[in-house]
Amino acid sequence: MDALDGNAIGGLLHEIFGMEMTAATGTCANCGAVGPVAETVVYLQAPGTVMRCRSCTAVLMVVVRRAGVNCVDLSGMAALEPTAA
Amino acid sequence: MAGTAVRGRLTWQVATVGAVVDETPAVRTIELDVPDWAGHRAGQHLDVRLTADDGYVAERSYSLASAPGEPVAITVERLPDGEVSPYLADDLRAGDEIEIRGPIGGYFVWPWQEIVSPLLLVAGGSGVVPFRSILRHRADLGSTTPTRLLYSARSLEDVIYRAELDVVRNGLEVIYTLTRQQPPSWPGRAGRVNDAMLREIAWLPSQRPIAYVCGPTAFVETVATGLVGLGYPADRVKTERFGGMGGG
Repeated sequence: MDALDGNAIGGLLHEIFGMEMTAATGTCANCGAVGPVAETVVYLQAPGTVMRCRSCTAVLMVVVRRAGVNCVDLSGMAALEPTAA
Repeated sequence: MAGTAVRGRLTWQVATVGAVVDETPAVRTIELDVPDWAGHRAGQHLDVRLTADDGYVAERSYSLASAPGEPVAITVERLPDGEVSPYLADDLRAGDEIEIRGPIGGYFVWPWQEIVSPLLLVAGGSGVVPFRSILRHRADLGSTTPTRLLYSARSLEDVIYRAELDVVRNGLEVIYTLTRQQPPSWPGRAGRVNDAMLREIAWLPSQRPIAYVCGPTAFVETVATGLVGLGYPADRVKTERFGGMGGG
């Protein structure tokens, strides 16, 4: 399975955060790179959904759906700032 | 955050299939009647959810092919081993119902904040779909923003929306490059998009262009890297990748 990007999980992120997040700005906790969520590297079948930093490949976010609940690990992000609507 | 959480709720709803148009042997456009559609921006997506009899669920994201204000439409390429696309591209009929949610996305959308910036659109295969929405919206707005679409397809038969793209519009140039097969005396370009082709076709960085690149992952990496190499700031190259062949 090829790597996609953050655009591919716009719906999932909207479901989790309750708002549009592909244009949000994320900061990698590992290397400090800052950029839009849409430009991250995303694997849909990892298993679960895995988002990685395009600069250093560190894991930024993992989403696993269990029993209808999205379990979200955001510990790879130092910051995640939605853009003003 | 608490006060805004409800604002953009995204819910699954049932859409009814309207007109279905064959674009190429492997690609078709499906109009959807969505009862509760908030309206969309050019470049946004929707998610399709299919549920099998045994409860297995498959979700895929598709770019909207229609301009804001037009009926909701997606264009789907059939992937031989896809879970979702063969059903959408082969089996779906007018009057059928499917589950969708949208609109989705706020990054790969146009207009951007600088509406007058020259626009470079680079499409690989069905990566042209969001650009149909953008170009229709551009026409609807009466925009004369200088715009170039560089569209890479395997052959002329694989070019999606060709009749529409060939209509001459103010300030719009469409450049095809055919990678595998060219008709006799083909006046257009041949071969994959590479740095030399980008150098000829892309606006100069000094013109402060904004670029949108959509296609298979490897195609997008090549084009985005090439544009940055030409001097485009990375934040003015917006990318969208749909994997090896397509969206599934």
